[in-house]
Amino acid sequence: MKYIYYPGCSLKSTGKLYEESLLAVFDALDIKYEELKDWNCCGATAYMAVDEKKAFVLAARNIALAEQQFKEEEEVNIVAPCSACYMILLKTQKFLEDNPEDMAVIKAALKESGLDYSAKAKIRHPIDVLVNDVGVQEITRRINKPLKGIRVASYYGCQTVRPYSTFDDQRNPVTMDELFKAAGAEVVEWTMKTRCCGASLTGTIQEVALPLSYIILHEAKKRRADVVTTACSLCQFNLECYQTNIDAKFKTDTKIDVIYFTQLLGLALGLDPKKLGINRLFAQPENLYKIMEGGKPVYV
Amino acid sequence: MDKTVFAESFALDNAAKDIVEIRRRIKYEGELDKSFRDKIAKSAHGEKLYGCIQCGTCSAACPVSHYMDYTPRKIIQMVREGFKEEVLTSSTVWLCASCYACTVECPKGIKITDVMYALKRESILGNYYPKKSPASILANNFFNQVLNNGRNSEGPLLIKMYLKTNPFMLFKNMALGFKLWMRGRISLKTEKIKDRKALKKLLQSVEDKSNYKVKVNSSSLKEASAV
Repeated sequence: MKYIYYPGCSLKSTGKLYEESLLAVFDALDIKYEELKDWNCCGATAYMAVDEKKAFVLAARNIALAEQQFKEEEEVNIVAPCSACYMILLKTQKFLEDNPEDMAVIKAALKESGLDYSAKAKIRHPIDVLVNDVGVQEITRRINKPLKGIRVASYYGCQTVRPYSTFDDQRNPVTMDELFKAAGAEVVEWTMKTRCCGASLTGTIQEVALPLSYIILHEAKKRRADVVTTACSLCQFNLECYQTNIDAKFKTDTKIDVIYFTQLLGLALGLDPKKLGINRLFAQPENLYKIMEGGKPVYV
Repeated sequence: MDKTVFAESFALDNAAKDIVEIRRRIKYEGELDKSFRDKIAKSAHGEKLYGCIQCGTCSAACPVSHYMDYTPRKIIQMVREGFKEEVLTSSTVWLCASCYACTVECPKGIKITDVMYALKRESILGNYYPKKSPASILANNFFNQVLNNGRNSEGPLLIKMYLKTNPFMLFKNMALGFKLWMRGRISLKTEKIKDRKALKKLLQSVEDKSNYKVKVNSSSLKEASAV
């Protein structure tokens, strides 16, 4: 089966390392994909705040484009790695299904642009694809460099599992943990898995956002995690890039590696760190390398 | 409702006003906007809003409720009662980070996040939104950027927002920006899709076909997004 890859804006800029590592992992696992041609922004959270109908048509255009590009294929599976894109696409499908009037308006508008929207396409998150399509067993078989001794705190973020996704539990998701258990790591039991990281508030109202990120990092450290893995470009950015700001504000040490789950999985698959965009991280995960080679963690 | 009516104080002479500001802390029923409730319920596609039992689960689930001037539970009740101005000028609407925790937990199935979106829209439309608050400016700038280019470019978006709201923040975040730029994670280039004309036409056509009109080019929006 072939997937249609919808990167979204942030995977082309701050989340570039997410794109690199995701595609590297897909290649390593022989997952076929094709990028959606001339995709547009999903609208994220901001568009919905100004004009709802336009937000829905933005997302619907992407779905319609995907259906057009894959009209020869049996199934249209859109892989949306960014949590906001993933959630918005799902939300659009659900909304249009529930509101036939709006569906008619949006369908008619798309028709004028030569696009045909049907509810055929399936919106998939990469975790969903890896766990349910490839399978944990297959991934276990492909592991080259087991993550032995590494304690992973998997952090899903809000919109990966809430509120429309169905591939995992909304309160205590476990799919990412399954992946890392398969890769030989120890997973940390914690309650922060789906707690908000502050999202775009880090750019707008930092007084509110930094404590949110701090709580997550603090909890991860308290549970002796070596690494926090994320599945969302905004989460990764907030949790990694603001660590110095957080430390200054709370007079504490939250230094911990925050990397994309695809990067850690890629390391376990034995892929070249450069291909996984590790060089784009603010701090190189020396700690992880050391543990993987059998050493002791540098900081706990 | 007029702002002066809203801020009405007891009749005090000027001398007394200098000593202490006395404001009426309650609102009379006649001053409430009774149609507000239906408007928001319709805009949020949430007639379930009427069935709120005020249990407070939303406020407990909300990770930022302790910064809000009214918690989500209070906001819902205020919407139902018709406290239009208080709700639309509150910090609550712009602090909501859309994490959907409340929506998932609500025992009555109220889509509280969507109610917040409806309030954000209403706040922008009615020109109630805080003009210097980065959250509302970001939403507006983001809207226009995607409208014109089809994609969002994080670099220019943030620079514009900081210039408009707090240029000092731009300076403060310069080091962070530089670090990102060194790693190829941010650029000043504006990302664009190829078929911008068709996208604009598409968005316009939705507006034309819809029953209600959203004025994107209202003066308030223009003012907010122009740098």
